[in-house]
Amino acid sequence: MKRSSFTSSKPLTWADVTPKADFLNRRQIMAAGLATLAAPMLARPGFAQTAYPKSALSTDLPPNSLEDITTYNNFYEFGLDKSDPSRLGGDLKTDPWSVEISGLVDKPGTYALADLLKDAPLEERIYRFRCVEAWAMVVPWVGFELAHLLMQVGVQPGAMYVAFETLVRPEEMPGQESTFIEWPYREGLRIDEAMHPLTILATGLYGEPLPNQNGAPIRLIVPWKYGFKSIKSIVAIRLEAEMPKTTWNMLQPSEYGFYANVNPEVEHPRWSQASERLVGGGFFAGRQDTLMFNGYADQVASLYTGQDLAKDF
Amino acid sequence: MDRINESLRRVPPRTVYLLGLVLLFWLVWQVASGRVGPDPVREVEYRLGLLGLQFVVAGLCVTPLRWLGLNLLRYRRAIGLVAFNFVALHLLTWGVVDRGLRWSEIGADLTKRPYIIVGMIGFLTLLPLAITSNNTSIRRLGALTWGRLHKLVYVAAVAGAVHFVMVGKVWTAESLFYAAAVVVLLGARVARAYTGARRPPRTPAHATRLPDETRSCGVQCVKPKIL
Repeated sequence: MKRSSFTSSKPLTWADVTPKADFLNRRQIMAAGLATLAAPMLARPGFAQTAYPKSALSTDLPPNSLEDITTYNNFYEFGLDKSDPSRLGGDLKTDPWSVEISGLVDKPGTYALADLLKDAPLEERIYRFRCVEAWAMVVPWVGFELAHLLMQVGVQPGAMYVAFETLVRPEEMPGQESTFIEWPYREGLRIDEAMHPLTILATGLYGEPLPNQNGAPIRLIVPWKYGFKSIKSIVAIRLEAEMPKTTWNMLQPSEYGFYANVNPEVEHPRWSQASERLVGGGFFAGRQDTLMFNGYADQVASLYTGQDLAKDF
Repeated sequence: MDRINESLRRVPPRTVYLLGLVLLFWLVWQVASGRVGPDPVREVEYRLGLLGLQFVVAGLCVTPLRWLGLNLLRYRRAIGLVAFNFVALHLLTWGVVDRGLRWSEIGADLTKRPYIIVGMIGFLTLLPLAITSNNTSIRRLGALTWGRLHKLVYVAAVAGAVHFVMVGKVWTAESLFYAAAVVVLLGARVARAYTGARRPPRTPAHATRLPDETRSCGVQCVKPKIL
């Protein structure tokens, strides 16, 4: 039963204060005409169930529109073009979904998504997102700290790294017909990065469940690293003693390191990382300077004390 | 084939310029009406560069098509100039809109990034060709020198195709298609040069030795302007 926000005791969310029409594309609004004017009122009861607590770790920057975030995606499981995931993502079945948690954990097993989320402290996290291709967005995720999950399954003392894998299902993910990537897509974090409060498992976007093209039903978000680290549609999490293999590093080790921290001073061999284009600003929006650790240096720089970030790129 | 050649007589070369303008205004309109996605700069850069490469490749098709009997020679100058204009707009978009005239970054790109350097070589080789794409230049340079100079388009085509393959995170099927097209079109010329040298020429020697463009120009220059 949907409850109206007037009767809900939960705090209001970003979606409550902003009519959906405002974050939809202007063209759609024009096309919808008068119907859209009524939409905020009609839609309001539906938003009550999406009341997630706001996180103090959110940025104050205005988020990109839902259309920007859901039509401009790198998700090679669906194809190489940024419009492929939104065009071809519809066939992916995300229910039922389970995640296999294995390796150096006290409670290994294959967990149904619902069980993983049962006690998960979901909240809204508005994060900066920086792609290795030098474009950026601001995204209002819904998610919970990865540390919460890791503590529930019990990390054993020898676990130094966390490895993640994406679903392999070529019949629903047409990009997997191509074999230039050795599927599954793989990513990994050092254990201290994985336990950091900024690192979340996201299950939603703009207060609603993740669209397939954004990595439904559950994905990683590590906001101080290039976007390819934030692996989508996760089916396996493994705690390991050794540094795991990661997809882009396997493809091109000279260009993509294991750490992949956003760093304006360490250039990609083929392009500069000193600046970025904020997607959604239009043709003449220009570029902005890229910030160290994507603006999260205060929180995460200490993780890398003593490391040469030009070497550990 | 003759019938096609015959009907093409009624299609003036300025149709190609018109096509270029239509393609450009189509792109401008799509940008102005927000139809190119959330990152219009990248999309415009990509489309202008692709159009430039497509017209370069189209220009390279003219000679092999003549071997097959289809004569598009009088469109080649227009094809080349349209190609140059798209490439120039592509470069301009990159420097002004994408890089925002951040000269230090542009300078670093031009000296350190192979794909930018290769792309720039492509533009710089097209530049003298665009400047000399007029009858006065053919007369001043002499047909032979002019013809040799315009062989630079082979360098531009290779540079453009390689630039396209290198630009992305991965090699896309699309970029490899254009690279293959350039290889085939240039390879055909090499193959013909070798086999042609062994076979006796079918046309009088003086006719084959003259650059194609001169002969077509000769016709244009001699012909009294009726229109």
